[in-house]
Amino acid sequence: MSSLLSVKDMSINFDTPRGSLEAVRGVDIEIPAGMSVGIVGESGSGKTVMCRAAMGLLQGSNVKRSGTVVFDGHELTAMTKEQVRDLFGSGMAMIFQDPMTALNPVRRIGSQLSEGLRLRLGMSKADALARSKELLELVRIPNAAAVMKSFPYQLSGGMRQRVMIAIAIACNPKLLFADEPTTALDVTVQAQILQLLRELREDLKMSMVLVTHDLGVVAGNTDYVAVMYAGEIVEYAPTTKLFADMRMPYTKALLESIPKIDHKSGTRLDVIEGRLPNPTDRGAGCSFAPRCKFAKEKCHEEHPELKRDPDGHLYRCWFPIGEAL
Amino acid sequence: MLRISFWLQRLGQLLVVLLLVTFGVSLLLRLIPVDLATILLPVASEEERVILRTELGFDKGPIGYYLQWLGNFVQGDFGKIYFSGGTENVSDHLKAAMPRSLLLMVYTQILALSIAIPLGVLSAYRAGRRADKIISNSLFALSSIPNFAIALLLIIFIGVKLAWLPTLGYAPLADGVWEHFKYMIMPVISLSVGLITTYTRLLRADMIAALREDYVTMAASKGLSDRRILWRHVLRPSSVTLMTSAALSMGGLIGGAIVIESIFATYGVGFEVFAAIAGRQYVAMQSTVAVIALFYVFFNLVVDISSGFIDPRTRDRRVNA
Repeated sequence: MSSLLSVKDMSINFDTPRGSLEAVRGVDIEIPAGMSVGIVGESGSGKTVMCRAAMGLLQGSNVKRSGTVVFDGHELTAMTKEQVRDLFGSGMAMIFQDPMTALNPVRRIGSQLSEGLRLRLGMSKADALARSKELLELVRIPNAAAVMKSFPYQLSGGMRQRVMIAIAIACNPKLLFADEPTTALDVTVQAQILQLLRELREDLKMSMVLVTHDLGVVAGNTDYVAVMYAGEIVEYAPTTKLFADMRMPYTKALLESIPKIDHKSGTRLDVIEGRLPNPTDRGAGCSFAPRCKFAKEKCHEEHPELKRDPDGHLYRCWFPIGEAL
Repeated sequence: MLRISFWLQRLGQLLVVLLLVTFGVSLLLRLIPVDLATILLPVASEEERVILRTELGFDKGPIGYYLQWLGNFVQGDFGKIYFSGGTENVSDHLKAAMPRSLLLMVYTQILALSIAIPLGVLSAYRAGRRADKIISNSLFALSSIPNFAIALLLIIFIGVKLAWLPTLGYAPLADGVWEHFKYMIMPVISLSVGLITTYTRLLRADMIAALREDYVTMAASKGLSDRRILWRHVLRPSSVTLMTSAALSMGGLIGGAIVIESIFATYGVGFEVFAAIAGRQYVAMQSTVAVIALFYVFFNLVVDISSGFIDPRTRDRRVNA
């Protein structure tokens, strides 16, 4: 299977006054063409940083990066900023977590939406505006003509997220990064947005990277799942396989921390005790060891490498679940 | 509908400010523990002073005096300046001084903003790097020189040593554009330096904050160039503080350029205030201060209106409030 995006050995460090902060450590990931890949992890696990870095959107003089990113035959990490920029819109696009802050507060929706069309596709102003209206209709915004003239603060959260999706798909990208696209929304709106993304993905034949902290969101919307913890990928498998046969204790703990409908009221949730390790000072062993129920001496001393099952299931654990000890 | 009532309310507030300022000045005048008529007419006879007291309302209480002054003021009678040889109308003085001050203010703002905006954008874009450090440090150094010192340096080097520009006086635009600017260049530069520093810093700070916003990353992910992002997406939402500061300094430049106007003998409104105080022309002082207050209030209103255009959120917040 050909991969559309291939990230090899990516590490991202931020220089901070308290030392170098390792946000992403040696991540390898392939996004197969036409597929949807979920990236799951708790806040601070490096999901967002990894996506932004893959797209080349991380800015700042304190960022240190290494590794290679190849998108659709272009080695992004060897290209200039301007060359990478030419791939935005029609190659890669991104949806952001908070539609409140990701739209420019002082510009009308129509101008924010048509801007990319004019600049990237060279459309005339009239064509771009007409196409913008179609795009708003495509993401099921009622009364598109009025919304074109609105400012972001005049729309509801769900509407804003639809606008953002319209902006992202405007130039028909091959790969869409959706960074927690539903986290800031009400549950009912969440379901609608996920539904919309699913349909758009099929209609436009887009690949998608869906970043979320919610395994429930991943379950129905992705073909593959990568679980991230402390800047590393700790498990990677086809979605159905992952849910059927989890190898990594962290993934299992993550799943068990989701409240279930058949829980009796008053039952305590299974939370993962403790918190993410200090990103400026990672220990020697497995990053999850301090919080792992099954951790043994070896887990605290040696850092596990990614292991590959014959069926392609990857995991980073010395004592994976379901293996005879 | 709601918008109209907002503006009526805003106008009402500004009117109250004007009344308070002018009444305050009027009251201060009456608190001076001397006989105002004696000061205005130091060599006149007692009869003449009695006439003056009645004419100006000094014989009434503070409120009566204020109302009489206000009545005259709104009808365009700003009072008189008293000399040993006779009187001159304050309004004639202001008519001569006002265009000078207004032009000085406009040129100063244009120069300051056209330098400060690019510098602010550049130093925010390169925040913490060399260009930013050079800009910040040189502006810091420049701003520590008071504007009268800059004026004197300009006079010594450009006016005297090089003899490129006249050091004193004023020529109206009617005398020719270059003739006019020959007299304006040095005062404008002296007044601009401090403003450039303030404006650049305000814009830099607001732009750095705006550059961290998601909508900037979003704009970048659309494939826009850095230049377009800075000028089209970040500058406008970052410029509200800058515009407020600029409008306030417009009011300040109308009446507050006393030192620079005196050094270059531009004789604008600031100089009129100075002359009124130095010559104990209390009525002239009161009316001139009132005119300056009027300009402050006017420019405040301009900011209110323009900030609605810069950031539509403020406009609707008013309606909803």
